[in-house]
Amino acid sequence: MSISVKFFARLREQVGKADVTLESANTVQSAWEQASGGMPMPDNTLCAINMEYTQLSATVRDGDEVAFFPPVTGGCSGACHAR
Amino acid sequence: MPAEIRSQLFDPWQETLRYQQQHLQAGKYGATASFVGTMRDFNQGDDVTAMTLEHYPGMTESYLQKICDEAQQKWDLLDCLIIHRVGDISPAEPIVLTVVWSAHRREAFDACRYLMEELKSRAPFWKKEGLTEGHRWVDKNT
Repeated sequence: MSISVKFFARLREQVGKADVTLESANTVQSAWEQASGGMPMPDNTLCAINMEYTQLSATVRDGDEVAFFPPVTGGCSGACHAR
Repeated sequence: MPAEIRSQLFDPWQETLRYQQQHLQAGKYGATASFVGTMRDFNQGDDVTAMTLEHYPGMTESYLQKICDEAQQKWDLLDCLIIHRVGDISPAEPIVLTVVWSAHRREAFDACRYLMEELKSRAPFWKKEGLTEGHRWVDKNT
């Protein structure tokens, strides 16, 4: 099993890396915990699986690309937020 | 109805003319509405000397296209175009162009605004401003 995790913009700087490959993760939340090294997730963090907005509780599958990023330039409606 | 990311300076007026000449049939459209977003040299009370626009390659293009498709479904449009800069941008350079062609003005105005508002709230772009001293990420909708 292989899951690609990406961080963008301010989050990439805070986590200190752009890409992490995980051997396994059940949910987006667990992907964050492993890939960030246990760093608390900043408020308003957005997340995506395979380039579609999703929630922290979403299930991650083998081969998925999970991304974490701050609010986009124009802010975001509630639907985009990870939690 | 293309949605493009550009890493180089573009001329929004030339792009509009070029696209219109290549893809629109003369006489069929009665309204062309466009919006051009340009980089300011000030923000939140500070002088801004430079900006870097980051995006999520793949997801950003996908959302721009999705927004174009939604506009086509919501209104009776002939065509629409989005061009968005990424990378290092200087004050006075265009950042984004949205154009809508339709038979009548109401659809063109409404759809052009929809493209911009949806793009700002859903397409993954992040601005980092260069100030006289240091840099900062921009979180507020401006």
